[in-house]
Amino acid sequence: MSIDMSQFHQVFFEECFEGLEAMESGLLTLDMGDIDSEIINTIFRGAHSIKGGSGTFGFTVVAEYTHIMETLLDEMRDGRRKVTQPAVDVLLGSVDCLREMLTAIQNEQDINNASVAKHKIALEAVLNGGSVVEETVLPVEQELPRKDVVPDIVEEESIELEEQGWKIAFCPYLDLLKTGNDPVRLFRELNQLGELTTSANIQDIPGFYEIDPEECNISWDLRVVGDVSGDEIREIFNWVEGDCEMEIEPLSKAVKSYTVAKEVAPESVVSASSISTPKPVETKPKAITEIKKSDVQDSDNDAAKTTAKASSIRVDTDKIDTLINMVGEVVITQSMLGLVGENFTMDKVGQLKRGLAQLERHTRDLQQSVMNIRMLPISFVFSRFPRLVHDISNKLDKKIVLKLVGENTEVDKAVVELINDPLVHLIRNSLDHGIEMPADRVAAGKPETGTIELKAYHRGGHIVIEIIDDGRGLDKNKILAKAIEKGLVEENNLLTEKQIFELIFMPGFSTAEQLTDISGRGVGMDVVRRNIQSLGGNIEIISELGKGTTIAIHLPLTLAILDGQSVAVGDETYIVPLVSIIESINITERMLNKVAGKGETFRLRNEYLPVIRMRKIFNVHSGNPTKSKEGVLVVVEGQGELCCLLVDELLGQQQVVIKSLEANYRRVEGVSGATILGDGSVALILDVPGLVRFSTR
Amino acid sequence: MKADMAQETEIKDIDQNHYGKNLDNAVQYLSFALGKEEYGVDILRVQEIRSWEPVSRIPNVPCYEKGVVNLRGSIVPILDLRERFNLSKAEYTPLTVVVVLQTGDSNKTRIMGVVVDSVSDVISVDKTEIQSAPDFGAKVSNEFINGLVSVNERMVMLLDVDKLLKLEDLDQDEN
Repeated sequence: MSIDMSQFHQVFFEECFEGLEAMESGLLTLDMGDIDSEIINTIFRGAHSIKGGSGTFGFTVVAEYTHIMETLLDEMRDGRRKVTQPAVDVLLGSVDCLREMLTAIQNEQDINNASVAKHKIALEAVLNGGSVVEETVLPVEQELPRKDVVPDIVEEESIELEEQGWKIAFCPYLDLLKTGNDPVRLFRELNQLGELTTSANIQDIPGFYEIDPEECNISWDLRVVGDVSGDEIREIFNWVEGDCEMEIEPLSKAVKSYTVAKEVAPESVVSASSISTPKPVETKPKAITEIKKSDVQDSDNDAAKTTAKASSIRVDTDKIDTLINMVGEVVITQSMLGLVGENFTMDKVGQLKRGLAQLERHTRDLQQSVMNIRMLPISFVFSRFPRLVHDISNKLDKKIVLKLVGENTEVDKAVVELINDPLVHLIRNSLDHGIEMPADRVAAGKPETGTIELKAYHRGGHIVIEIIDDGRGLDKNKILAKAIEKGLVEENNLLTEKQIFELIFMPGFSTAEQLTDISGRGVGMDVVRRNIQSLGGNIEIISELGKGTTIAIHLPLTLAILDGQSVAVGDETYIVPLVSIIESINITERMLNKVAGKGETFRLRNEYLPVIRMRKIFNVHSGNPTKSKEGVLVVVEGQGELCCLLVDELLGQQQVVIKSLEANYRRVEGVSGATILGDGSVALILDVPGLVRFSTR
Repeated sequence: MKADMAQETEIKDIDQNHYGKNLDNAVQYLSFALGKEEYGVDILRVQEIRSWEPVSRIPNVPCYEKGVVNLRGSIVPILDLRERFNLSKAEYTPLTVVVVLQTGDSNKTRIMGVVVDSVSDVISVDKTEIQSAPDFGAKVSNEFINGLVSVNERMVMLLDVDKLLKLEDLDQDEN
């Protein structure tokens, strides 16, 4: 029975990365010294499934490495080892190392043996309570699993074991054969490990006429003699777990006995480790808690749900059910309309209209539920930050807590993928420049531990992500001085506070006195802003000196669909995003005020707003020019500034599907994309902030 | 649509006529006319041939970039080759043809349409028969021309599709 395993690789890697994320977040929530067995269990399960999977797929390097981690975790779980910060740090390092290994395997590259060896040594050092045995310094990847997995420290007891071998009581359930497992194959593999002697128990075999050839009525006593570890044996029996009862014990001297029933409890896998710790407790026979299969799987699934990787989407079944319901409704409406159309008479117009209205409603709902599938909780991004904060605050010797608020706020998958880098940058900034050193904080009368709050919530058609720190805040005089020094602004320019803060988004701006490898090179903030703008969002800063800084990012909920107002300019149709429209006013030419050289303004409730003539800025010559004597002013907000777009006419509101102009063409000033109208023609979507910038140039 | 179909059958016929030739060194080109001149593009770059239909104008771009159309859901720009080559303008008629070409930048492929007067032929050209384009001096830009070849005593200018459809330099101009 040969199956092409490579078809499962993708799933395996995804599960591994999920497992790693679960392990990472678990490690970060561990309280020092205090053992929360639930968390350790989660971490352990992550490691265990990676080990199992990589063993199955033949990635022995990964399996061996994970095994060492598992050993350490097991000791922590049993309370034999204290959870200490250094140990957790080493484990975190190992998670990184595993991730590297898996990525390398996934991309079919060579594994960086040196870094793996380094992490391995660190792990083993922790395992041995800090004393590294010389030989382990140069572990070679290709060594046999046994030599690597059971570190050289096993000494005393392992010598005894090596001489001996194992006694296995193998008692398959009746339906073992039906699951496609053949005991003979198992024995053949055992025989390769060491000298195998079998004796079959045939007393359970029924009379000849009652025999069901598909049932397995025989049980075996097996003896494997030779240099074999219990793990190797158990690995062979991995396939029949749950289909048999099995007991493995060393041949002489019952050093240990394991009962493996149904689900092999993770403990059983760590035999080597328990030997390796030179405590007397370990040699006692260990009773194994039976973990019910269902329990293990449930919690595994939970872990997977909360921390999945975004390359493929896991969708709530609820969402799919809603979708299916919606499709059903649409089909019903469609057949109803078909019926109306079959023998259409004028008196059925009412019915037709009702049907169409219903169809419209259902289509909209359907569209919404489809879009919903693309929505992911922002925790996909947020969950990476505790680690970042942990690492960097350690490096900077600062005390910082990260608070996450609103992690379940849902946002489009595309946004999730693109928002990560800007957020990392902003959080690094807060960590490095925002929060002060503990001593400075105490001197300023603030609690020693700084707080960074990462908050996400919905407002209007937008998602708002805020990064709030209680650090030293932005010093506007310093920023202004720096900007003048760099020639970014002129000396006597009067700038508002907001405008000054905006300066930090200028390319090449950094006030940090010292450059660190974390931040301060002054590339970045402009990139952050550009990235966010390319997502159709904007970013603003609120800061009070000495109290802290809040950076708020506004992003559209989805990048695929937009509520638009179509407007006519000459013969052409443009779409203005509805979210940016404040109001629309019918005007005549006389209501505009000319400003010498600077164009026109319109007075709206005692405020003079700049007017952008769409005809002029887009060079539109078609249509009736006299008509432009009167038109419609669309008051829009772009980047916090109000301005008016003068168009010929408002046409209607509709949802439009955003298509990229850049896919086949290129970026066009003042245009954010295109869409296809009902008649199949293309209309351009206006980029309001871009237009404002364009017009002021 | 009808025009499309007609073109297609025509191309097939021509195809068969050329099967007899020695094809080892041969490259096939689609030739088309602009005024009295004849040009050719690598046939593997041609995605389809359509009749002219009105485009949506794009503001503030060079005049030869006529606008964009909806090609089965994707937005495809249309360039006018007459204007690109500074030839006299021609009226668009129902017989005006848009050749949809693929161009591969280093990391992605784009689709663009070029407006030509008419599509004439599929020609098989022996690679060794392609002559390099002479320098016409500053007056005529030969940056898009890969080489010249003569087919039945007519000169056909072979165009470099990638250079023809490259808009990057324009982006830089704007910035």
